[in-house]
Amino acid sequence: MSTMPLHEEAAPRQRAGLRNLTLRLEPYLYIAPSVVLIATVMLVPLIIGLSYAFRDMQLINPFSGGFIGLEHFRTLWTDAAFWLSMKNTLVWTFASVALQFAFGLVLALLLNNSFPGRGIVQALVFLPWAVPTFLSGLNWAWLFNPVVGPLPHWMAALGILPAPENILSDPSVAIWGPIVANVWWGIPFFAITLLAALQSIPQDIYEAASIDGAGPWRRFTDITLPFLAPTIAIAVLLRTVWIANFADLIIVMTNGGPADQTQIVSSYIFTQAFRRLDFGYASAVAMVLLILLLAYSFVIILLRQSLLRR
Amino acid sequence: MTPSARSTSYWIVHYGLLAFYVAFALFPLYWLLKVSVTPNDLLYSEGIRLWPSRSSLAHYTFVLAHSDFPLFFKNSVIVSGSTAVVVTLISALSGYAMSRFNFGGKMWLVGLMLVTQMFPLVMLVAPIFKLFAPLGLTNSLTGLVVVYTAFNVPFATFLMQSFFDGIPKDLEEAAMIDGASRFRAFRQIVLPLTLPGIAATLGFVFTAAWSELLFALMLVSKADASTFPVGLLSFVSKFSVDFGQMMAAGVLALIPACLFFLLIQRYLVQGLTAGAVKG
Repeated sequence: MSTMPLHEEAAPRQRAGLRNLTLRLEPYLYIAPSVVLIATVMLVPLIIGLSYAFRDMQLINPFSGGFIGLEHFRTLWTDAAFWLSMKNTLVWTFASVALQFAFGLVLALLLNNSFPGRGIVQALVFLPWAVPTFLSGLNWAWLFNPVVGPLPHWMAALGILPAPENILSDPSVAIWGPIVANVWWGIPFFAITLLAALQSIPQDIYEAASIDGAGPWRRFTDITLPFLAPTIAIAVLLRTVWIANFADLIIVMTNGGPADQTQIVSSYIFTQAFRRLDFGYASAVAMVLLILLLAYSFVIILLRQSLLRR
Repeated sequence: MTPSARSTSYWIVHYGLLAFYVAFALFPLYWLLKVSVTPNDLLYSEGIRLWPSRSSLAHYTFVLAHSDFPLFFKNSVIVSGSTAVVVTLISALSGYAMSRFNFGGKMWLVGLMLVTQMFPLVMLVAPIFKLFAPLGLTNSLTGLVVVYTAFNVPFATFLMQSFFDGIPKDLEEAAMIDGASRFRAFRQIVLPLTLPGIAATLGFVFTAAWSELLFALMLVSKADASTFPVGLLSFVSKFSVDFGQMMAAGVLALIPACLFFLLIQRYLVQGLTAGAVKG
């Protein structure tokens, strides 16, 4: 684009060719650091990790490392703790996403009005999102602890619990501890995303609908929801994958216990690698999780395309 | 939907619900603060009082003077700060390329970056440990910076791209007609205009690195390279009775995260749409 004299012919053509080459290479120079970093720190370990799934890899055993074929997957098939973690992943993901979405949608609708003090209210209700996840987990673990936390006493007073005990140590309800922490921490995500979508709905549509006699509920179901639908679909689908992988709160609050009752697949992978140092088995479980998530994404893409075609 | 068209009872419900949300959002943080200033002798006798009859900063002075937390805090600041700076530099380049160039393989790059946001990072815990140990990158802050940088580059690239997209192309094209190279136009014209976006990216990445737990747990086993989350968690498992001190440390961990939250609050919507998968 810059100064190129037009009257010169032969030699400049070569130079122009060279410049063309640099121009064509330029974008690759800009992306090179990112690509190199992602390839070496994410893709290479991913491939190596997948190979561990077929090897006997135990960190504390220097003689391990040999290929053992599908041995890990055979163990996995009969591993009751793994199947329990699959079931828990479903409960954890579904309950967290559903509650985060429901509370987030109501909050977004409330914040979509103009009212005095909106700015400060918005900053306060979005604050949990800024709290580091490990701290959210610890904070809620302390709130559920009858020694320093008020929640068991309040729940006992309300008759929800027979006695002020820690729900995190009760196998039948322990999973709800991390779910509550996750909902607390994740509501702002949905509220912010949906609020942005709400603010892009043209206001005159509502006015026209009011003039035509549509009540508030009619306006919500016939205008707001259809406009929000694409955002809701994307946010829920992406969030589902993210939460299914999200092990921090569980590691911090219960470490998968009591008796693996709060173990989800990703926290099970971490426990196998970190506590038992069994990298081979951890990678086999990770491979199953990866395949399930790929299948989920694939179904979603198919669903989206069939919806678009309609 | 004008506010005046709504009845009083609507506004009562509206403010009532919002009050519930504010209370729910703030209560855990309030309790953290409350226990951190409760003297030990009142901790159990006034367990569920909303504010202790006597408050003290003793837990804070203990944590700051007699524990490893100042070291953990320093480590976390070094790791998160370096990660934020390196990621922002690298993703400014790649974000610019994504915004301004059409090049072969661009779709593949976008696909690669999206995939890195979707797959379970916990899969990489074991192989990264195995790769890093012989290189001396375990028990080292550098190792953590390398991992966190790679994990945050894809999201930051999308974020920077969205900021560059908002800057007209004519500006740098004019500079290039005047004889400046593209890289010079990028540095001297585009980057200064993107400063608010750069600040937002720094904030997002700093917050993400400050919160990271699993890789820090796996890669670091010595106290002198521990980050704040690892230090706090080992403190919890070792001295699980000293709630006042733990919560004082927790309040301290909250401070930088809240500062950066204030910095990026204006960009939350843009950031979340750029990398909707990211927390």
